[in-house]
Amino acid sequence: MGNLLTIRDLRLEAGDRRDPVVILKGINLDLDRGEVLGLVGESGAGKSSAGLAAMGFARDGVRFAGGSVTFDDTELLGLSRGELRKLHGKRIAYVAQSAAASFNPSMKLIDQYSEAPRLHGVASRAEAEKDAIALYRQMQLPDPEEIGFRYPHQVSGGQLQRAMTAMAMACRPDLIIFDEPTTALDVTTQIEVLGAIRDIVDQYDTAAIYITHDLAVVSQMADRICVMKDGEEVETATTREMLDNPQQDYTRSLWAVRSFRRPAEETKASETLIRGQGVTAGYGKATVLHDLDFTIPRGRTTAVVGESGSGKSTLARVLAGLLPPEAGEILWRDAPLEPRLEKRDARTLRNIQMIYQSADTSLNPRHTIRETLSRPVTKFTGRRGRKLRARVAELMELVDLDPAFLDRKPGELSGGQKQRVGIARALAAEPEFIVCDEVTSALDQLVAEGILKLLVRLQHDLGLTFLFITHDLATVEAIAHKVIVLKNGRIVEQDDRDAIFGDPQETYTKRLLESVPQMDPDWLTAARERERELRRREAS
Amino acid sequence: MVKLLKSAPPTAIAGMIVLFAVLLTGILAPLVSPYGETQVVGGAYQPWSRAHPLGTDNLGRDMLSRMIYGARNTVGLALLTTGIAFSVGAFLGMFAALRSGWLDEVLSRMVDVLMAVPPLILALMLLAIVGPSIPNMVGVIAVIYVAPVYRLARAAAMNVVGLDFVEAARLRGEGTFRLLRREILPNIGSTLIAEFGVRFCFVFLFIAALSFLGIGIQPPTADWGSMVKENATLITFGDITPLIPAGAIALLTIAINLIVDWMLHRASGLKS
Amino acid sequence: MSRLQKLVLGRLFLGILTLFIVSALMFIGIELLPGDLAQQILGQSATPETVAAFRAELGLDQPPYVRYLDWLGGVFRGDFGTSLASRRSVADLLGTRLANTMFLAVYAAVIAVPIALTLGLLAALWRNTAFDRGVNLGALSAISMPEFFVAYVLILFLSIRFGLFPTLARIDEASSLGDALYRTFLPALTLILVVVAHMMRMTRAAIINVLAAPYIEMARLKGVPRWRIIVRHALPNALAPIVNVVALNLAYLIVGVVVVEVVFSYPGLGQLLVDAVSSRDFPVVQAVGLFFAAVYITLNVLADVISMISNPRLRHGR
Repeated sequence: MGNLLTIRDLRLEAGDRRDPVVILKGINLDLDRGEVLGLVGESGAGKSSAGLAAMGFARDGVRFAGGSVTFDDTELLGLSRGELRKLHGKRIAYVAQSAAASFNPSMKLIDQYSEAPRLHGVASRAEAEKDAIALYRQMQLPDPEEIGFRYPHQVSGGQLQRAMTAMAMACRPDLIIFDEPTTALDVTTQIEVLGAIRDIVDQYDTAAIYITHDLAVVSQMADRICVMKDGEEVETATTREMLDNPQQDYTRSLWAVRSFRRPAEETKASETLIRGQGVTAGYGKATVLHDLDFTIPRGRTTAVVGESGSGKSTLARVLAGLLPPEAGEILWRDAPLEPRLEKRDARTLRNIQMIYQSADTSLNPRHTIRETLSRPVTKFTGRRGRKLRARVAELMELVDLDPAFLDRKPGELSGGQKQRVGIARALAAEPEFIVCDEVTSALDQLVAEGILKLLVRLQHDLGLTFLFITHDLATVEAIAHKVIVLKNGRIVEQDDRDAIFGDPQETYTKRLLESVPQMDPDWLTAARERERELRRREAS
Repeated sequence: MVKLLKSAPPTAIAGMIVLFAVLLTGILAPLVSPYGETQVVGGAYQPWSRAHPLGTDNLGRDMLSRMIYGARNTVGLALLTTGIAFSVGAFLGMFAALRSGWLDEVLSRMVDVLMAVPPLILALMLLAIVGPSIPNMVGVIAVIYVAPVYRLARAAAMNVVGLDFVEAARLRGEGTFRLLRREILPNIGSTLIAEFGVRFCFVFLFIAALSFLGIGIQPPTADWGSMVKENATLITFGDITPLIPAGAIALLTIAINLIVDWMLHRASGLKS
Repeated sequence: MSRLQKLVLGRLFLGILTLFIVSALMFIGIELLPGDLAQQILGQSATPETVAAFRAELGLDQPPYVRYLDWLGGVFRGDFGTSLASRRSVADLLGTRLANTMFLAVYAAVIAVPIALTLGLLAALWRNTAFDRGVNLGALSAISMPEFFVAYVLILFLSIRFGLFPTLARIDEASSLGDALYRTFLPALTLILVVVAHMMRMTRAAIINVLAAPYIEMARLKGVPRWRIIVRHALPNALAPIVNVVALNLAYLIVGVVVVEVVFSYPGLGQLLVDAVSSRDFPVVQAVGLFFAAVYITLNVLADVISMISNPRLRHGR
């Protein structure tokens, strides 16, 4: 054990020396040659800091407060900049989360590739370029001969991420740190990148630390998994053991999130609340939505799924009246809905509410929670004085928040609490219809699960109609009654949840569903096999 | 408030002391100055003495008294000018950001033209047209400085306008003025205050420069810029008296810049 | 035509358009003047006949747009009209003074730009060190001082106390280059001090901004040495902001020249402008103002064009 990398009692601090913020509270990690270790945890767990620390590196303002990092019998902590530099890029390499931001925008990809081999004396420029093209080919990049001579902005996100992995491989390092390399990608792109990364790491028998918050992803990539929480190690075990038999309560709760489903209820057909007919909308010359026909049943959750650029958020803006459609019509209970927000009457404004993705930007940081909730209550229901106070307190209880929070500002609340305030604000209007725009995407999984349960309960108690916009199919499966699949501004398919998930009719829907990582270490292999099958059928 | 002041670095504290002292002197000018603003008390260019601690000026007026009244006039006019430029620029900037569309286009292009000409040159040309006098100067400088304030306020408001809580308020059907006052202004307040400090420094130096050139505050009104001009000949005799009003300008500007630097530093620190 | 070419041409066109708008606005401003220009210049005692004759001489009996086009046509031929104060041709008045002002500005710029960029770069690299704090405090003080204060302090010490340089910067065509450089050293130094302070602060901010980018961290984690990170990764991406900083400050220099020329009685455009404003000599004000505006606009256009060209996203299309 531990003959490549050994981390012992590693502690990291930031901020003031007398009153430091502790980032890592003494963690231990071991890594064999050729082994892939998954580091899993929610935001603030210290996974990224731990990954960088494995390179002997700490970001500005962060410092090592104790412990040791031994790489191949060399102690990295306390090594001079020059000594570290000899290791970085040559024997230990790094793959960052945002490839678009981590490539120098004014250098060609291949020049950035050959920088490390040349500086470390591993290869000449010509050798490095030849090698780059070979690696690009192995990473299944299109046009491997040419792509290196492009600038980062000329290459798509998924391709850049693969090019960065190739760059990390340039000196055939012993260890690569992958810091959430697929988090920013769409699922159908993610599966390609995951496959390419796994192949290349296998082929060169490179050891890796794979950092992610996504359990399904890590179970595809890692031989062993280490779960972290608040700068501490919760437990470490081989991937199969960890999946089948987690020891700690925290780990078990993380695992359980994925199995949440809306409770079964009678599925009697519901009347239509909103009907879209030939809705076409866009910004200026760019048309984003093309001729959409859809229905939203009353008292149900309709999920709109699609990848980035599919137009799902634009649809939300159209319904909210922020973006009047260029053509087509939206009917509300069979009566035309005024397309422009400014012309909508008070009842319509009240009936359509929104909940946003980012809890940080959806609440005015300068208003107390009481101010945030009081305004819509007064505006829409006319309550004042004692009645207003009573209603605001009631709203807080409705979303399971302590009314003591009322006099705080958003900055003093956690992400999940802020999201609950956002929901309470929407409820303050006593609406019929709420658009939920990626409301759980920015939250950790445990917190997100709490929000989903709350929404399901509110729908049951208040008879609300939800339009649930998301890119996350697991969430859709958990709470939707009906699913609309969008691609490039067109509806691919719309049907009941069970029909979509059980028997998808369109290839795109199939591919989308196949691309969602499952908590099964064999999923990636099988999914890639099925993808090849789909391609073959498409080709013939 | 006390806690806030305690966290201030010594440079900012020093700045605040200077600022406070100058403001107090300006407000209390008639009470603390030994002679009147334009009162001739003796011969021209008398050296420093007990009766006239800073000597007398080119017309035999007491330098110290004119320094004290100068604090009132120069700083007061700079405050007034900045205040006008600021309220107009900030309001238009926020309004343009919120409403966007043609109004934003028109205002922004006008500001582009205003900012395409160097401020001092623009001021000189405008003053040549309207003629040098105090109200004209205040008006001209205010017009010129509406442009940068507009740009900053618009940019700052733009960052807020796109945020979800503003959209939420719009979806509620809130009117423009409520959006400005309740949603946008509170969130760009600290930026605007820091900008006020920066702009005040520019305006203050600007007025001093114009007065020094003889086109700003007109005699016999006491002001620090023209006092340098009027007594500049003394320098050639190695007398530092004319440097005192100039130094006072520098001191006050440094003081405000130190305060603003601290405020900006604090604002950026709070964000991260 | 590529997108870059379109953008560059568009920016050039916008610059020229702005210049026309400025000249037209200046004209309209004078037009809106309360009272009659001829009457104002000649004073209340002038007889109606003299006023009428003077009006005809100035062309004031023509409709405004004709006079504007006349004036504009003149500008293209190098004829800026006649000074009201001295009755000499404005072009004559401008001639040597223009050269003098440019001489002073270039003198200051050649020294100030390299110093400011170096100081800014070093302060950014050694952020939060004693050097950085010291340079910053110095720069903050320097930008807080009125130019005339700096100028008089320099005169007091370098000229009067130590007698190293002349108090007044009088030069004429007979002066040799060395002599001219010596005589104008104090005004140049004044400008340098003020401009270096501004430019250094902005350069520092621009470089710190670039150094915070994720690709800089990536380069460090590839084992790229520090100097190479600066040269290869930071500077090419900081080029656009730095060019902007330089242009902005050169423009500032042009304006700063006005006050400094007055302090040192330097025979340049600035002093001419101030005199013309005091005597309300509109043809001179118009011509000099137009010149300053043109330089300012040109510098800004130049900066924008260079940052467009240096932007890889624009230089290499999709």
